[in-house]
Amino acid sequence: MTKVEAIIQPSRLEPVKDALREIGVEGMTVSEVRGHGRQKGHTEVYRGREYTVDLLPKIKIEMVLPDNLIDGVVQAILKAAKTGKIGDGKIFLSKVQEAIRIRNEERGENAL
Amino acid sequence: MHKTLSWTLLGLFFLSALTMTPGFAQVPGRTDTSSSPHAGSSSLQAQAREARLEQQLAEAKSSGDNAWMLVSSALVLMMTGPGLALFYGGLVRKKNVLATMMQSFALMAVITVVWALFGYSLCFGTGNRFFGGLDYLFLRGVGPLPNPDYAATIPHQTFMLFQLMFAIITPALITGAFAERMKFSAMLVFMILWSIFVYAPVAHMVWGKGGLLNATLGGVFPTLDFAGGTVVHITSGVSALVCALYLGKRLGYPKQPMPPHRVVLSFIGACLLWVGWFGFNAGSALGASSLATSAFVATHFAAAAAVVGWAGAEWLQNGKPSALGAISGAVAGLVAITPAAGFVGPMSALAIGVVAGVCCYLMVTGVKARFRYDDSLDAFGVHGAGGTIGAILTGVFATKVINPVFRDAQGNVLNVGLIDGNPRQILNQFIGVASAWALAAVVTLLLLKLVDWLIGLRVAEEQEIQGLDLSAHGEEGYNLET
Repeated sequence: MTKVEAIIQPSRLEPVKDALREIGVEGMTVSEVRGHGRQKGHTEVYRGREYTVDLLPKIKIEMVLPDNLIDGVVQAILKAAKTGKIGDGKIFLSKVQEAIRIRNEERGENAL
Repeated sequence: MHKTLSWTLLGLFFLSALTMTPGFAQVPGRTDTSSSPHAGSSSLQAQAREARLEQQLAEAKSSGDNAWMLVSSALVLMMTGPGLALFYGGLVRKKNVLATMMQSFALMAVITVVWALFGYSLCFGTGNRFFGGLDYLFLRGVGPLPNPDYAATIPHQTFMLFQLMFAIITPALITGAFAERMKFSAMLVFMILWSIFVYAPVAHMVWGKGGLLNATLGGVFPTLDFAGGTVVHITSGVSALVCALYLGKRLGYPKQPMPPHRVVLSFIGACLLWVGWFGFNAGSALGASSLATSAFVATHFAAAAAVVGWAGAEWLQNGKPSALGAISGAVAGLVAITPAAGFVGPMSALAIGVVAGVCCYLMVTGVKARFRYDDSLDAFGVHGAGGTIGAILTGVFATKVINPVFRDAQGNVLNVGLIDGNPRQILNQFIGVASAWALAAVVTLLLLKLVDWLIGLRVAEEQEIQGLDLSAHGEEGYNLET
């Protein structure tokens, strides 16, 4: 099992969701987050005072999937989330030890 | 068929209009009087009728004036709550939104009580050159009959009510200077004392009968202040500066960013202020007169021109006109036109507005940063500076064409401002401005020292970090999870 964490532009959430649904991904967790990588923030001016806003709003999608789906999922996210500009985000993959469904205590890939 | 009917109706309408014109109706009456054998008693009857008509006329005027003044009073209260509360509430950080709004709201309540007990009397009672007497203590004698010295056509009680709304908003304006760091209890005590020892004497000197600076009721230095440029905006603005300097900066200022948490609230508040200001300025004509219309026009024009001035200056300097700049400009223009509203024409109002917009923009962006005081919400930069500019420019642009306020002993109309050819008025305006500045600055400093010694002015450091909503009131403005 592999965990996919994708941090993307807020405007790309719907295309990414659609692309994932097309290749058969059934579950995901989405949160609104703030952060920055190489992208510089922007400045806001209130009554002549400048404020630098460097933590920008992003969307984080988290999914834990069977290993055989991962390549397709990464391709789908790359295709749907790319605008080509700085600030498009990143995808992180990590191994997951165990998954347990709380309702019936199923374990492993059956729980996904 | 249809057409004939409408023509007939139109004919009937004109016929009835003709018979109802006064000239037409009076003819039979006149023939009656001359042909009557009892001419003496008839002329008595005519006199009685005339007296009755005159009284009815006065009553009609009074009820018209009273209607406008009651609406104006409500409009001026609306400026404090929700107007100013929203305007200031949006500019602070979200942990202080309720505490900031609560300061304005609490003053609506507390100043009203002070006003009813003795505040009104201290401002408008018959006293000396500086203070009103205690003749209206507990509002004794303030009833349905007009007070001819102040407003001859409306109940004295309406005048009292209208003036109360001014006494409320003036201290509420100061709260912008010490936002996010003053104890609620200290704020209450300070404001009560302030309304007694700063507002009351300045209001009496400028507007009270026999006051030192009164323009029409026997003052020594006739200062023109139509709706409170000196009484409201200079006193509050200068006191705000003293408060900001005395209390010191907010923790982390200016290093830590403290942008407004919700400009949308401020936007709604500023729009309410703009509308409420029609009651403030046009209501200061104290009747539904053509002077009220003139003041209304001047008020609106100055606000519009100041938006252009402030946002334009910002656009040139920063490359972008901001929403906060536009609404701040409107408030600056409204402040500056306040003393002038009932004395100047529309073109002068535009000039006053644009000057105030640009100058106040430079005050809050340049001067504040240079001198490094933390006037958190720019109470001094907008009200102190705008009020002073407006008071001086009133001396320039006031004209007898709009308001023949000065007359000689024979009742001849005299020149008013510089454009009439009376440069002396600028000097009088300076005297008024300087008196208000000096009194507000000195007395505010003394009161702050007193309250600081009694209960302390600033909240504890951890309370300031936590935010005043939680630490002072035990609640939060935004409970998004519930």
